[in-house]
Amino acid sequence: MPHRTFFAFIFPSILAMVLFITLPIVSVVVQSLFVQHEAVLITVENCGPFGCENETRVDTAAMERLQAERPLGQFAGFSNYLNRNHLAFDEIAVILSDNDGLSDIAARIFNLPLYKALIFTLTFCFLVTPLAMALGFAIALAVNTLPSFWKGPVIFVSILPMIITPLIGSLILSWMFNPSGILGASLQSLTGDPTLSLRASPVLTWIVLLVYGVWTNGPFSFVVFYAGLQTVPQDTVESAKIDGASRWEVIHHVIIPHLAPLATFVALVQLMDNFRVFEPIVGFSAEANATSLSWLVFNDLVGQDSQLFGSAAATSVITIVGVLILLAPVLRRTWREFNQKVV
Amino acid sequence: MKITRTFAAGALSLAALLTASTAFADCGIQGAGSVRILSNDFEALRIVNDVAASCATADITVTANATAEHKNIQGPALTVNPAEYTVAVVANNSIVPLLNDDLIRPLDDLVAKYGQSLQPNQLIKIDGKVMAIAFMGNGQHMFYRKDILEKAGVAVPTSTEEVLAAAQAIKDAGLMDYPLAASNKPGWDLAAEFVNLYLGTGDEFFAPGSAELAIDNDNGRKVLETMRAMTTFMNPDYLTYDANELNKLWDAGNVAIMNQWGSLAGAATDPAKANPEVAANTGFSAAPTIGGGTIPGAALWWDGFTIAKNISDADAEASFQAMVKGISPETVAANPNVATWLVAGYEPGPTAVGVIGNANGGARAYPMQPYMGLLHTALSAELADFIAGKEEADQALADVKAAYDAAAKEGGFLK
Repeated sequence: MPHRTFFAFIFPSILAMVLFITLPIVSVVVQSLFVQHEAVLITVENCGPFGCENETRVDTAAMERLQAERPLGQFAGFSNYLNRNHLAFDEIAVILSDNDGLSDIAARIFNLPLYKALIFTLTFCFLVTPLAMALGFAIALAVNTLPSFWKGPVIFVSILPMIITPLIGSLILSWMFNPSGILGASLQSLTGDPTLSLRASPVLTWIVLLVYGVWTNGPFSFVVFYAGLQTVPQDTVESAKIDGASRWEVIHHVIIPHLAPLATFVALVQLMDNFRVFEPIVGFSAEANATSLSWLVFNDLVGQDSQLFGSAAATSVITIVGVLILLAPVLRRTWREFNQKVV
Repeated sequence: MKITRTFAAGALSLAALLTASTAFADCGIQGAGSVRILSNDFEALRIVNDVAASCATADITVTANATAEHKNIQGPALTVNPAEYTVAVVANNSIVPLLNDDLIRPLDDLVAKYGQSLQPNQLIKIDGKVMAIAFMGNGQHMFYRKDILEKAGVAVPTSTEEVLAAAQAIKDAGLMDYPLAASNKPGWDLAAEFVNLYLGTGDEFFAPGSAELAIDNDNGRKVLETMRAMTTFMNPDYLTYDANELNKLWDAGNVAIMNQWGSLAGAATDPAKANPEVAANTGFSAAPTIGGGTIPGAALWWDGFTIAKNISDADAEASFQAMVKGISPETVAANPNVATWLVAGYEPGPTAVGVIGNANGGARAYPMQPYMGLLHTALSAELADFIAGKEEADQALADVKAAYDAAAKEGGFLK
């Protein structure tokens, strides 16, 4: 294909990517480098139904002039990234130079908001991704052996968790895990502990969130692996069986190697998705025990009286960098495989 | 979860017609224009919106959007010119961003022209200029179960110390395992619990005239210790309850004493909606005091309306008149129990006892400093570990200060 034709074909998607992906990311990066203008404060008398009081106010006229001069605010370099609510290098230096051993270091670092969010985000990512893939693969193998009459209905039921909106799905599970909900009440009577609540302790909350993650992510792996299973060469499978391979050996030596490139793809997508975990935290009201990077962005922007755009932008950029780091090994492997094929 | 109710301009909805009796049909609004209301979503505000919407004529269009997301919408919506909404219904805290960004207009001339039915204490004056018209008071105050307290043999508590003693008595008598509840869900609710009790100590949040945080003191520690002492009498899920959830627990008869919003008192005793057994035994009183003080530990709130700056004067005049109609003494006379109205002719009913008790007890208003929102955000995230029992009060206060300082620097309030 001549370069011109190729370019003509690819141009619309490049344009769309620049408009809808590159430019927004650039704007977020720019935003993250600025803080708001220094507030010009004046003290004025406020009167209301409950009496009068002298309180500070922002001098809006003075602020308007500053805003007109420099609409983005004050340039602050990387201070949004380095402050205590983000990477907190100063605080970490203090902790490392003065502490009572490793457990003290860990406790104090994970008391900082970003690191507290990061530890849950990474745990979620690295436990949910493999477990959900294993679950999806197991379901795919099971469904593949079903008589064709049952396949349709079983596939439909299996992918239901993916069809349900994540926030709704987590709310449904959250109510089921409530002590008066069906799962919560059953657990209480099974364990004989009437005070058991899955939302009360950090460990149990994490477990519930991880279970939810596997439940909601499993179907995606299932769909992809099930499609992959249809492409497994049947003559290889049959000759393996003739050679006396058991079902497990067939899976281990024929099916898994065949699906490996597919698994790389699924892992890539799932890692990226799970790193942005957000809905279950809100749905389960788990903010006290588990926060994620996306939740930090949400907390900066929504539900409060004032919004911190610079802080939210900095967390977003850190999230993007995190995704790139996570994907680096997988991307490198794909690139190598691609090069080998070319050779 | 967004509950949006929009009223089509020409065709009045049935609900509006039902609440607004025929007496309101002609509001006598002078001039022509468009009235577009943005408000929070609870019963009293919906009634005000409905009455204002009944003022629609051939020349006046009225639309209303009552949504819990109003705080997130109002800034961007009033920044554009012309503004998306002509009226923003606000409270002590949500007016601050509008003032900070200069998005609402002074109302002195409109009050002089159309505000004859308003009382002087309804005018919210900032630096001598009327910036908002308040129409109802609100605040968190005590809900208690008369029958449970009676069975346990304790009087209605007036201080947090007495609340704890009453809770112990109820537990010892085997009446309830978890007699207390509070809106301790990390986020806005948890921070509000701290702000309430801290106001009760009489102390200030900031050093005078500056954005320097001043809560790291004995009063701050006392508040945190009280909050934690109360959690020992709460359901283990206490970290997941917000104010709306509390009313459900109350209605299920699971709680004997709690601090809850005055605007939800009507729903808790409404014979049509509430559990009759609980409703009949529900009593209200002022929020408890703390640490031997005399100030009820709860912020006073007002709800009022503001008029956007970036709209035409004709729209502003129409909007002001429609809202004055919405909060008129007639509206209040028809709906005496849904709110603690600040309007002329209002006779406080049984559901207003708590908010009025707070005000009479000398409760303080929720602070309106421009950086109070940043402190509220810092409290909302950093108190979670303490209230979950994972860290000590000193550490929690240090965390709040560190988080607030970082945010206040970013907001331009601290260097």
